Amino acid sequence: MKYWKGIEELESAPEFMQSAFAEFMPVKESHASKDATAAPRRDFLKLMGFGVAAATLASCEAPVRKAIPYLNKPEEIDPAISNFYASTYFTGADYNAVLVKTREGRPIKLEGNPESPITNGGLSARAQAAVLSLYDGGRLQNFAIKSGNGYEKAEVAAFDRAVRSKLAATTGRIAIVSPTIISPTTKRAIAEFAARYPNTTHVMYDAQSASALLQANGGTVPGYDFSRANIVVSLDADFLGTWISPVEYGRQYAMTRKVNRDKRTMSRHYQFETAMTLSGCNADIRVPVKPSEMGQVALALYNAVTGAGGASAYKNDKLTQAARDLTANRGASLVISGSNDPAVQALVTAMNAALGSVGTTINPNAPSYVRQGDDARMAALVNDMNNGSVGAVIFYNANPVFNHPLGAKVKSGIAKVPLTISMNDRLDETGALCQYAAPDSHWLESWNDYEPKRGFLSLAQPVITPLFSTRQGQESLLRWAGNNTTYYQYLRATWRALTPNDAAWDKVVHDGVATGTALAAAPATTAALSPAAAIDQIGRAPKTAANAVELALYEKVGLGAAGCEANNPFLQELPDPVSKATWGNYVAVPRKMAVDNEWEQGDVIQVTANGYTVELPVLIQPGQANGTVGIALGYGRTQSGKAGDQVGANAAPLAMAASNGLMYRNVVTLKKTDATSPIAQTQTHHTIMDRKPVVQENTLAQYIKNPKEVTEYEKVATPDGLEKPNKVSLWQDYQYNNHHWGMMIDLNSCIGCGSCVIGCQTENNTAVVGKQEVINRREMHWMRIDRYYSSDHHKDEFETVGKVGTYAAMEDPSDNPQVIFQPMMCQQCNHAPCETVCPVLATTHSSEGLNQMTYNRCIGTRYCANNCPYKVRRFNWFSYYSNEKFETVNGHMFTDLGRMVLNPDVTVRARGVMEKCSFCIQRIQLGKLEAKKQKRRPMDGEIVSACAQSCPTEAIVFGDMRDPNSRISQLMRREDGERAFHALESINVQPNVTYLTKIRNAESEFFAKENA
Amino acid sequence: MQHVSAVREPLVTGGKTLHDVTQDICYQVEAKPNIRWMAALSVALFFLGIFFYSVYRTVWYGIGEWGLNKTVNWAWDITNFVWWVGIGHAGTLISAVLLLFRQKWRSSINRAAEAMTIFAVICAAMFPVLHMGRPWLAYWVFPFQNTFGSLWVNFNSPLLWDVFAISTYFTVSLVFWYIGLIPDFATIRDRAKGSIAKFSYSMLSFGWKGSAKAWSRYETVSLILAGVSTPLVLSVHTIVSMDFATSVVPGWHTTIFPPYFVAGAIFSGFAMVLTLMLITRVVFRLEDYITLEHIALMNKIMMVTGSIVGVAYITEFFIAWYSQVEFEQYAFINRATGPYWWSYAAMMTCNVITPQLVWIRRVRYSIPLTFVLSIIVNIGMWFERFVIIVTSLHRDYLPSSWAMFSPSIIDIGLYVGTLGLFFTLFLLFAKFFPVINMAEVKTILKYTVDNGPTYNPQKAAHATPAPQPAIHGAPASAPVNYNKHD
Repeated sequence: MKYWKGIEELESAPEFMQSAFAEFMPVKESHASKDATAAPRRDFLKLMGFGVAAATLASCEAPVRKAIPYLNKPEEIDPAISNFYASTYFTGADYNAVLVKTREGRPIKLEGNPESPITNGGLSARAQAAVLSLYDGGRLQNFAIKSGNGYEKAEVAAFDRAVRSKLAATTGRIAIVSPTIISPTTKRAIAEFAARYPNTTHVMYDAQSASALLQANGGTVPGYDFSRANIVVSLDADFLGTWISPVEYGRQYAMTRKVNRDKRTMSRHYQFETAMTLSGCNADIRVPVKPSEMGQVALALYNAVTGAGGASAYKNDKLTQAARDLTANRGASLVISGSNDPAVQALVTAMNAALGSVGTTINPNAPSYVRQGDDARMAALVNDMNNGSVGAVIFYNANPVFNHPLGAKVKSGIAKVPLTISMNDRLDETGALCQYAAPDSHWLESWNDYEPKRGFLSLAQPVITPLFSTRQGQESLLRWAGNNTTYYQYLRATWRALTPNDAAWDKVVHDGVATGTALAAAPATTAALSPAAAIDQIGRAPKTAANAVELALYEKVGLGAAGCEANNPFLQELPDPVSKATWGNYVAVPRKMAVDNEWEQGDVIQVTANGYTVELPVLIQPGQANGTVGIALGYGRTQSGKAGDQVGANAAPLAMAASNGLMYRNVVTLKKTDATSPIAQTQTHHTIMDRKPVVQENTLAQYIKNPKEVTEYEKVATPDGLEKPNKVSLWQDYQYNNHHWGMMIDLNSCIGCGSCVIGCQTENNTAVVGKQEVINRREMHWMRIDRYYSSDHHKDEFETVGKVGTYAAMEDPSDNPQVIFQPMMCQQCNHAPCETVCPVLATTHSSEGLNQMTYNRCIGTRYCANNCPYKVRRFNWFSYYSNEKFETVNGHMFTDLGRMVLNPDVTVRARGVMEKCSFCIQRIQLGKLEAKKQKRRPMDGEIVSACAQSCPTEAIVFGDMRDPNSRISQLMRREDGERAFHALESINVQPNVTYLTKIRNAESEFFAKENA
Repeated sequence: MQHVSAVREPLVTGGKTLHDVTQDICYQVEAKPNIRWMAALSVALFFLGIFFYSVYRTVWYGIGEWGLNKTVNWAWDITNFVWWVGIGHAGTLISAVLLLFRQKWRSSINRAAEAMTIFAVICAAMFPVLHMGRPWLAYWVFPFQNTFGSLWVNFNSPLLWDVFAISTYFTVSLVFWYIGLIPDFATIRDRAKGSIAKFSYSMLSFGWKGSAKAWSRYETVSLILAGVSTPLVLSVHTIVSMDFATSVVPGWHTTIFPPYFVAGAIFSGFAMVLTLMLITRVVFRLEDYITLEHIALMNKIMMVTGSIVGVAYITEFFIAWYSQVEFEQYAFINRATGPYWWSYAAMMTCNVITPQLVWIRRVRYSIPLTFVLSIIVNIGMWFERFVIIVTSLHRDYLPSSWAMFSPSIIDIGLYVGTLGLFFTLFLLFAKFFPVINMAEVKTILKYTVDNGPTYNPQKAAHATPAPQPAIHGAPASAPVNYNKHD
């Protein structure tokens, strides 16, 4: 039976059928006027709509934006494509060969230069952060001449004329004061200046002086090669953190620490030190000693190693053991010392000679030039300045008023020098006292060459035209010497012999490094002490009373001793690898001293020595030698810029200016004040609470016995017995058909230096939040390094003490703890707890195994962060780029100048959204695109996250776990069931980050033999 | 005259006539506001001002104005949210569950309790919105057709379940409450003298005529809504508890949470009802309607739910021990002995120990003691949520991330601000709406037309509960209450 709706349908007339099944009846134009000039109704509406829109638009004032195209577009510059240029970072402390990543002519990031045989692609945190200093608005932006209390902007030509005439009229001695300069061409320029003004002397000083080390080794730093040392004994040398060349040493050191089932050996590291340093944290055996004991320690070790059999007041089993290890590994052992006591250094040199280190763990052909400061010459200059015999002084990136222990005398001396010129980059504590300021350009704006080690050369090339009206210091010197060549030509001339043609030169500029030829002259040497004289000196050293409080001054990994990067907020906010403190220094005291004096963390105490007092808060530092306190140098700047001023206090004047050089120790008196000042730490709980599922470690002995038993794998009960947690799941697993990105972190290689933290921050535009917000526990670092101290108490006390008491006791670290570092960032879980709880699907799983964050979709409930077992999610509590509270510390996001450093591939996150590590998704995408353009799969190693790129010790391996030949896949296969573990395996979130169990080489086979 | 059964005590004392009831309850609406009400409203408005200032700071500068940090991402915000939602539950329980169970004594308190529910849910709803980093995008939690592309909400997320639970709860409670108000609005309308009042109340009463048919429908709708609301009593706090129970955070990841939260909600809700009722009956002279019997009954419910909560607390510890999960064990040890031990101690004292005093008859029937007790329970239940949220979060898996939380002034401002918001709403309600359901109370009067006294205005004003001799006679319009209350 068929129903019909009307007669028309029943009849199925063709004209009806035409429109029967259309949704709308055809429009009948019969309503429209027959008049052709009259608009039809619909057209009228259209026209009216357009008219209204047009009128509205016309009434808005269109903003005028000027975009000026390249008239001649540089071939290599393309928006959205980064260009890398090789360059070199050296500001007087550590040398790093870098690649400068630029976007449309703006340097935005520094990466390690893998071509460098010294740093091998590693980069220190300080070097990473240096790109921000380029855009530092606190730099002096033009030449200036003092007039009255202020400075007047000066025209360069007039400035040069004035300086030249003044220099010519100078009668007394002319001194150029600088930190260590390792540039052969800069030295040539200085020599040319000295030739023009013959009574010129060039005085170099290091903020953390290595005078004694140089004196004991013929004026250079020995060419240490830690990679060949089975036994390293360090007497207060933080060679992994700050001493001489930490990136180079860290890498060499880590090579001896990498183990696998085929190489079950690793080096052993003894550290005798006062303050807890990064090296001390990594040491297998660490012995806290007082600074005044160091001479006796060196002597005891010397006696034991050489069998000289002299008497030493210092006795310690571990020292005996160290000496045995050293002698047993003759030719594969190394003794170093960070002491600035010539006697100690003389003994160390003698020990290395006795142990046959020269030629093995010390390369005699490649000594390092990165320390050249001479305490005696600097002290003499300061005296001369004060007695009026100096006619002119030029400070070339030197700030002795702040960072030299004799700063006060330098200040009084400057007042007595008729002509004072500063070539510092800003009107800092020293520069502001000078009459003339000729600001040096930033090294990223400059040409230069470097010779960090004999025969190892590298170049710096400008990657941007000078942002301000500055001039390279070398060029200034040349001008004043009457030489009008540009510094580039001058540099080119130095290199003419090495690179006779342009192609050779271009290659060096391209590579950034060259080896084989020495440019620098051999340094002048001071006679070293003989061991006998050294022993004599140590014996005659004045005794320090046993109850005296001794101060050890040390250097921080972030800021360094010179404090020249104080206005770099990245470094101010880089947590100290050991104390995890940011924004300022403090008095590190051992717990016993704090308990005895009833000090609590944050109590401000006065530390007095040399008649100088600093007020700093107390930080209870496990591992600090009893009876000593430690204070970091480099803080307390007063004229560095908005971010760096008044952060901490300057401890340099507390150093001891002894007759034989500067000693970074002293006897101090302490007095508690009523004030308290909280210390901004990013980690306030310090022990691991025996949580094996979080981070694992074991002993080398165990590893040698059976690599399969060093990691405790968590098992869960299933109907089929105990199984790995990932064998049971409520969820379906994701299928990864293309890539599956993963990361593997070798806890044995990670030394905790924090380079990756800054690398991540520059790559990902992470905001700096300032001291108060760190105290509020809201730092924004996507990547952090968790540091755990060992405790004297363990779970095995549950039975005797009870759980409550044991847990409470486990919160306290040991007095001299073992330390483990664990880099922690988003674990990119395959069963991510954050993904399920977001109400708006702002965090989701990618088809390549990444846990991705969609900022635009985030409404900021923060449930994901609560539900993250690793607590790696970071919330934008404020508008860090526009809230005036953050202008001081995060200033680079507030100005057009500073914003140039931001990575255009990464969004600056808005207030109220969650952010976290993305595995550098922008780098992954770039790598995939590049490969796609070339119609191939991405190659292993082509795509690296910023943290993995910057790691000096190659502790972080990033790659595609679906590619069976990738490094990470190979490592996974090799380490599976041995050292590979996931943090918190039992909660079965299935992270894509895998850790490798740390192995310690602490037990002694010697002791075992003796006991047997 | 009130008929007093020899075996059953009256639910409304004071020998009220039907007219007395109308007179007593409408009096508050019709009279000029008294000075105590004005004073109370000023205080409430002051705190409301604090609320608006705190909201301004939060929305203008960001959540950073609060004391939260990278480890503790929820603290007072969600504590307050759960606390307020919990408080609301008593209203629903009284209006829905007790209606279904024919607990007639509920009639004199259900109106105010329901109003409390609605205002508490309003206060509660402030926090999920304000705690968002970008509250202006709060509407993204609704699954609506949008032009953002294929964006949709995440039905896996307990927060989304919350959205549905709370919005349903609010809607149903509001409708239920309003339906109950209609006959009373009509009464006020009929008595109103001023034109504004007449107009307003006639609008509010939706043209209620009081016909038998209307009453019949009214009863039916009430029953249906009671049926709809009853599962909500259980579902809302179950879902709120799943915000925690479905997570991986030790101390949150607990299957006991749904019943435990529901019991806790009723517990705190009754405490709040008691607090409010004890004030209202004094301020508005409603002692005859909200009698000691009511107070004792509510005390008993509080004691039962309080005991359930206490058992739950202990069960959590047992499960932590029984599971042998290290993180879970530590979470509970830390709760009781860690840096926030005082909040745990406060919770245990207020929620487990104090309600047990209700076993003592003197306490149960004492107005001052009950008032103090109700406040203590409210404090205790706030601490319960604080303990669950903050002490679980502040020390979870990785010791490196352990942190402390302390509230900022804005956190505190928002909390006392919502108290201001709540009391402002409640005071406005108490002044302009009939605080007791007249229509329903009239049904439970034991009243005979034959023997009843004529209306005595003085008596209405003073309402002295003179003991009346039991007079036997046929009950009039009021149905007999067959329930015995003790």
